[in-house]
Amino acid sequence: MALLNVSVVSADHEVWSGEARQIVAKTLIGEIGILAGHEPVLAILDVGEVRITLEDGKVVRARAEDGFLSVEHDMVTVVARAAELVHADSSTH
Amino acid sequence: MGAQLRVYRQKIKSAQTTKKITKAMELIAASRIQKAQQRVAASGPYSRAVTRAVSALASYSNVDHVLTTEPEKVERAAILIFSSDRGLAGAFNTNVVREAGELAARLRSEGKDVVHYLVGRKAIAYFNFRKRPIEQYWVGGTDNPESSTAHEIGEALVARFLQPASEGGVDEIHIVYNRFVSMLTQVPEVVRLLPLEVVEGVEEPGDRTVLPLYEFEPDVDDVLDALLPVYIESRLFNAMLQSAASKHAATQKAMKSASDNADKLIKDYTRLANNARQSEITQQISEIVGGADALASAK
Repeated sequence: MALLNVSVVSADHEVWSGEARQIVAKTLIGEIGILAGHEPVLAILDVGEVRITLEDGKVVRARAEDGFLSVEHDMVTVVARAAELVHADSSTH
Repeated sequence: MGAQLRVYRQKIKSAQTTKKITKAMELIAASRIQKAQQRVAASGPYSRAVTRAVSALASYSNVDHVLTTEPEKVERAAILIFSSDRGLAGAFNTNVVREAGELAARLRSEGKDVVHYLVGRKAIAYFNFRKRPIEQYWVGGTDNPESSTAHEIGEALVARFLQPASEGGVDEIHIVYNRFVSMLTQVPEVVRLLPLEVVEGVEEPGDRTVLPLYEFEPDVDDVLDALLPVYIESRLFNAMLQSAASKHAATQKAMKSASDNADKLIKDYTRLANNARQSEITQQISEIVGGADALASAK
């Protein structure tokens, strides 16, 4: 299965980047789930968690504030002024 | 010891003490440039992502937003100056303030009112000394800028921009800051922040020039509303980081030349002191010889 190229960036540094199978984020109008092959999207994020499911099923969680999410050619960028990983390590789900 | 010699010794001592200080400041600045440059680099992904998103929005056919529309008549313009909190940085603050002065003169000649927003104590001191009005200012943390400060500044400027000119709002906002070119060169730069010129783009999205047609969520206007202030903020933050890096580079350069000058002074005064000591000795010898001669001939 095709993978997504994900990067989570905050104003002063890149928080996380890598490949992932799926991303679930909370936008202003509800949760959005993104798999490979998604159409290009530019969405404004609500304050909340972004869940990134890695290839091996592990989940990386990041908190994003004041941000947006862009998807394009399987490149997903989560951009937020303040973003941080919730668990530095990933947990199985 | 001769009076002359003592004066020289004092001067050598004072030059040596100064040199110790300037040398230390030079080293501190050198290590801070590294950090500041890393921060500029680290903020790159964010500003690229934001710029890319905004250009995607701009290429979307009917972008019409209050932050991007050119006002028909510009009555008042704002200038935001990024200076530093501390001096001892050579021409760093002078340059940026002079550049802003030229810009203000040009804007006034176009019949615009000019108001000033300042960042950093040095610019504020300059304005206070000349009793020029300051609209709003931010101090602290120019050496190590925080993105929250950029957020604050952005909010203040956008709010002022959105006010109608008749109620004291501004129609144009320019920023003046020192751009970090290299360790040796920092150029004062003027950028018009608002109304936004997105097309010009700070960083062109190099690889894929054709942007895909995006789906916007919730819808185009909301995305614009949320994104443009973020874009402004990221440009402000970038200016702050550049200015910080430039400040450290300027300090390092200024302190290096101060240390070099101290070295030269020490060398010159050492020569003079040696001279004075030598002539004192010569004089003493000739006095002794003269005295001995006089005693011998008196016998």
